Amino acid sequence: MTDKIHLDRAHLHQVYRQMLRIRRFEAKCVELYQSQKIRGFLHLYDGEEAVAVGVMAALEERDTVLATYREHGQALARGVPMGALMAEMLGKLEGSCRGRGGSMHIFDRERRFFGGNAIVGGGLPLAVGMALADQQLRPGAVTACFFGEGAVAEGAFHESMNLAALWQLPVLFVCENNRYAMGVPLEDAESQPDVYRKAEAYRMASAPVDAMDPIEMEAAARHAVAHIRSGHGPYFLECRTYRFRAHSMFDTQAYRSREEVDAWRQRDPIERLRVWMVDNHRLSPGESAAIDASIRTEIDAAVAFGEVGTLEPLDELERFVLMDSVVQERGALEPPA
Amino acid sequence: MSTPPVRLTYREACRLALRDALHADPRCFVIGEDVGKYGGCYGVTKGLLEAFGPERIRDTPLAENGFVGAGVGAALAGLRPIVEIMTCNFSLLSLDQIMNNAATLSHMSGGQWSVPLVIRMATGGGRQLAAQHSHSLEGWYAHIPGLKVAVPGTVEDARHMLAAALADPNPVLIFEHVVLYNAEDDLDTTVTGVDLSHARVMRPGTDVSLVTYGNSLPKCLAAAARLAAKGIEAEVIDLRVLRPLDMVTVIASVSRTHRCVIVDEGWKSGSISAEIAARLAEDALYELDAPVRRVCAREVPVPYAAHMEEAALPQVHDIVATVHAVVKPG
Repeated sequence: MTDKIHLDRAHLHQVYRQMLRIRRFEAKCVELYQSQKIRGFLHLYDGEEAVAVGVMAALEERDTVLATYREHGQALARGVPMGALMAEMLGKLEGSCRGRGGSMHIFDRERRFFGGNAIVGGGLPLAVGMALADQQLRPGAVTACFFGEGAVAEGAFHESMNLAALWQLPVLFVCENNRYAMGVPLEDAESQPDVYRKAEAYRMASAPVDAMDPIEMEAAARHAVAHIRSGHGPYFLECRTYRFRAHSMFDTQAYRSREEVDAWRQRDPIERLRVWMVDNHRLSPGESAAIDASIRTEIDAAVAFGEVGTLEPLDELERFVLMDSVVQERGALEPPA
Repeated sequence: MSTPPVRLTYREACRLALRDALHADPRCFVIGEDVGKYGGCYGVTKGLLEAFGPERIRDTPLAENGFVGAGVGAALAGLRPIVEIMTCNFSLLSLDQIMNNAATLSHMSGGQWSVPLVIRMATGGGRQLAAQHSHSLEGWYAHIPGLKVAVPGTVEDARHMLAAALADPNPVLIFEHVVLYNAEDDLDTTVTGVDLSHARVMRPGTDVSLVTYGNSLPKCLAAAARLAAKGIEAEVIDLRVLRPLDMVTVIASVSRTHRCVIVDEGWKSGSISAEIAARLAEDALYELDAPVRRVCAREVPVPYAAHMEEAALPQVHDIVATVHAVVKPG
């Protein structure tokens, strides 16, 4: 199933760079959390970066992305400006949602990014509806819906899988199986821990993929998207990954051993790709340093942008509870007759 | 020149509204359980599948959370879904999508999206359907910012509220009372539309304001007729919409009558009747010559047996008795 992808130098660097900027961005977020500039919940993607980067590489501008409360990686890989993301987490008006959403709710209409749904499984029915609309209004577009393996225990997952398969909707279900739903190991929660096999019950195409290998991951995503775009219905991708850090900033990780985490760290997708590129003469020390420097510059600029940002005026608290127009269609053409 | 009125049932009015909406806008579609081949569990969508086809009258499996969420998603992505939930009792299975998505997305995203969604559902008791099919949850949904809650109590509102809801860029829930589906009335054909913002004085009066909605409206009108025979003129207000609540009309009425009885098929505790009473206490206390009274459902799951169900729900004699307690005939 590994559709060959073109491993040219520029593309490899792009994959590496995207994963690394997510990792470093989040490291900065932890720092800002510890200095109490970012508050609330903060869910890190550390270890899982290859999933978002691989899937986004397979998607196009016309596609739609839905994600969960662990969505910094998806947002950055989709192209949400880092400054808007950082400003959001700092609670500033210049943030992607004016500081109203915070870490768990990143939205960006321009990029068709419906980031943070903070109810486990809550985004899946939405993805079904968006794909239903696309099927009629924008044929060829794909809706990619990210969720964790914890979501597959929810009714919303099963209802959505059935509807998407029943109506042959263009949905890519991206299950980020990081093995723990907060502290509950997959084997303690699921009678069928081979998550991708759940799709069989819905007669939906599916596959597992080693998401610690960014090249495998991207190939699997491209294969899945090609399947959907060619009109073969939805696809379920089980991305086997691991979260190196705690579930959130309030997690003591009593449910797993240090040894287990260390063993998975040996498979770090970023480090693996870096070593492979160095060994195969695809990344020079100079190129590596240049990537590091550009990421550092981008993060510094994002933090500066967020820190000089303003606070939404209090008299806007009730604004947008109700809308005065269908804002996403403002200026759009009238519906077809 | 006036057109003669047309006589039709509340159910037919709902169906006519759907038919018009589907003709008017190709983005519009109906989605829900048994809306197609079966014709709707209360027969509202009968004949629409034949007229509009299975893509626009879309039958779903029994998956309320799934298809209501799909409605939210379709609204975000350019369609104009009319979701039918068989009864509000089952809407609880989709509460996450209604409350955490439909009601929050606009505000939470900083105004990046509107959710132009309509959800219709049957509500209320009175047909001996027992505790799990007789809830009145409209007041409960009216608690939620980001939603509009419409409660047609007349054939005219059944005929025209859907168009107003579809024209609204926000999620609108329409609660159709199960007992009203067979109610018949003359439809004034000169009325071509209604709003979703105003309560309506259904019967003018001078002695007491009866504030109500839904199937309690005909009960209040019947009570007012009995009271008139005893020299008490009740003004009957149909709230029509529970969120936003039109307190201007309510307070204007109470300022004329100086007495208020609220009639609501929901339970009393934490209800829309409690909200109205609280707002009268906050904003119109000095207009009142007597305490506000409420006639609500008794605080029990609605039972099956006819006499028990009748006792559990507001009845005309309860309304008459409550009015007598606050108005002494002059």
